[in-house]
Amino acid sequence: MMNYTGLDRPKKPGYYLFWKAMFVAICLLGIGFIYAAADFVDYNWRWEQVPQYFWLDKDLEVRSEAEGDLTKIDKTAAGYTLIIQDGGHEEIVNLPPDANIFLVEGDYVYMGDTIAEYRVSKPGILLEATYVTLKVSMLAIVLGIIVGILAGLMRISENPCLRWLSVTYVELIRGSPLLVQIFLWYFVAGSLINAMLDKVGLSAIPALWYGVFALAIFTGAYVAEIVRAGVQSVHRGQSEAARALGLSGQQAMRKVILPQAFRRILPPLAGQFISLIKDSSLLGVIAVRELTKATREVISSSLMSYELWIACTIMYLVLTFALSVAVQYLERRAVR
Amino acid sequence: MISAKNVNKYFYIPEELHALKDVSMNVAAGEVLVVIGPSGSGKSTFLRCLNRLEYANSGSITIEGTEVLDPNCDINEIRAEVGMVFQSFNLFPHMSVIDNITMAQMTVRKRSKKEAEKKGMELLEKVGLAHKYNVYPDQLSGGQQQRIAIARALAMDPKVLLFDEPTSALDPEMVGEVLDVMKNLAKEGMTMVVVTHEMGFAREVADRVVFMDGGQLVEEGTPEHFFTSPEHERTKLFLSQIL
Repeated sequence: MMNYTGLDRPKKPGYYLFWKAMFVAICLLGIGFIYAAADFVDYNWRWEQVPQYFWLDKDLEVRSEAEGDLTKIDKTAAGYTLIIQDGGHEEIVNLPPDANIFLVEGDYVYMGDTIAEYRVSKPGILLEATYVTLKVSMLAIVLGIIVGILAGLMRISENPCLRWLSVTYVELIRGSPLLVQIFLWYFVAGSLINAMLDKVGLSAIPALWYGVFALAIFTGAYVAEIVRAGVQSVHRGQSEAARALGLSGQQAMRKVILPQAFRRILPPLAGQFISLIKDSSLLGVIAVRELTKATREVISSSLMSYELWIACTIMYLVLTFALSVAVQYLERRAVR
Repeated sequence: MISAKNVNKYFYIPEELHALKDVSMNVAAGEVLVVIGPSGSGKSTFLRCLNRLEYANSGSITIEGTEVLDPNCDINEIRAEVGMVFQSFNLFPHMSVIDNITMAQMTVRKRSKKEAEKKGMELLEKVGLAHKYNVYPDQLSGGQQQRIAIARALAMDPKVLLFDEPTSALDPEMVGEVLDVMKNLAKEGMTMVVVTHEMGFAREVADRVVFMDGGQLVEEGTPEHFFTSPEHERTKLFLSQIL
């Protein structure tokens, strides 16, 4: 029970019991509604099909794509190498070391014959896509923090160029749709940058990185405002005390103001980054195969839209919840 | 040591105010100067002008011969030589007591951590709080925090200490412990400029007392002269109200 603060009349024990029961009742009502809705659509649930998209674990048959004599089976540490020869043409089949080969040297192979069988056990498409989402989000968060702190400090600088640059940046980025920004990053800035890289003989930057840039710049604009508010919320006496000791403005900012501002801006930052994880679902439009895009792909082949969207949602919840917990931990550690 | 000549200071926010009117004052090395006056008289503003926390609009302020109001002077170097103790302590809440004292030593004076901590512990010993070196400011009473703030200022080996109403935010029973530390500093020959309402302290410790009112320096003299035979009407009125 909450501690009695004394601002209001103390509550009777029944008060808490009643409202806790009310909470449970509302939750049950929500679940009941979802259940009724699912029942109403008369949908053929196939949950047992879902795990394979997270972890692929099954026997895979290898069928021949050529016809001819199996002339040689080589066993090395890396696996088997089979050579199928038909006249002058040579077909090479590579198999993993645990493969179960049904043929021996000298056998004649027809096209479509089962040559071997082996077990694959690897992350499924949705798990891989979750990893992509996680990677993109984390990179964008780190870059976004850097961009945001710089822009936030520029915003409160005395230098009009820096200040106006920051204001322009924040207003432009906050006021325009992220989807458009992603398009601009990839199709406009991206084409130009990749063409220039190509000219000097460097390889192109992959789409994923343009996605990261777009998200980081987008988040940076919000972080800038959060940082500015945080810095301005630190009591003036703190910077006076630091300056009176002989610290330069920069040193005072780094040693005294920012550490205190950081503690205060953690909760709004967490909200911003949770938003960012969900916004990364837009990167599908530039062919980054993150969670949402992968889910759509799998749905179009399996037609299990309900199960897979629910699974997709759960993965997002896992990511965002983990972030919340991490930030809460940081907050507790930095409680002073 | 400190020499202020015809210092003028205006505030424009929230409304125009001539906060200091041609204030001139000298502080000799080893001297304890106490500035008293009613609230709004400009005494804190004057103190803050000395290390340029407020930029005086005209006049001249020199500390050890360096002109503070010269925009090209290295103000950080000057401030390192001028310790300041605030009414509201302004300890750094995110640092432990010892870190509060060592941070500026390491950043500004470029001392090693070991050196800075040795100095810090000596000073904590001096203000009677050596056992609190590892706690955070919010776990200390006001009096203890102000003693830490004094130790923090002393750690820079300042040539002069400015006190801006150091006991005004303290509970009455804690005023004594802070004043004791200040008295000891005075005995050791520290140059101090103290803005305060503690008349007992002024009478006992000050070498010279200055009375300010309405942004002007009204009267100055020895404590004896000041408290027994003040000349100006405003001084008499002020003393009669508070004593």
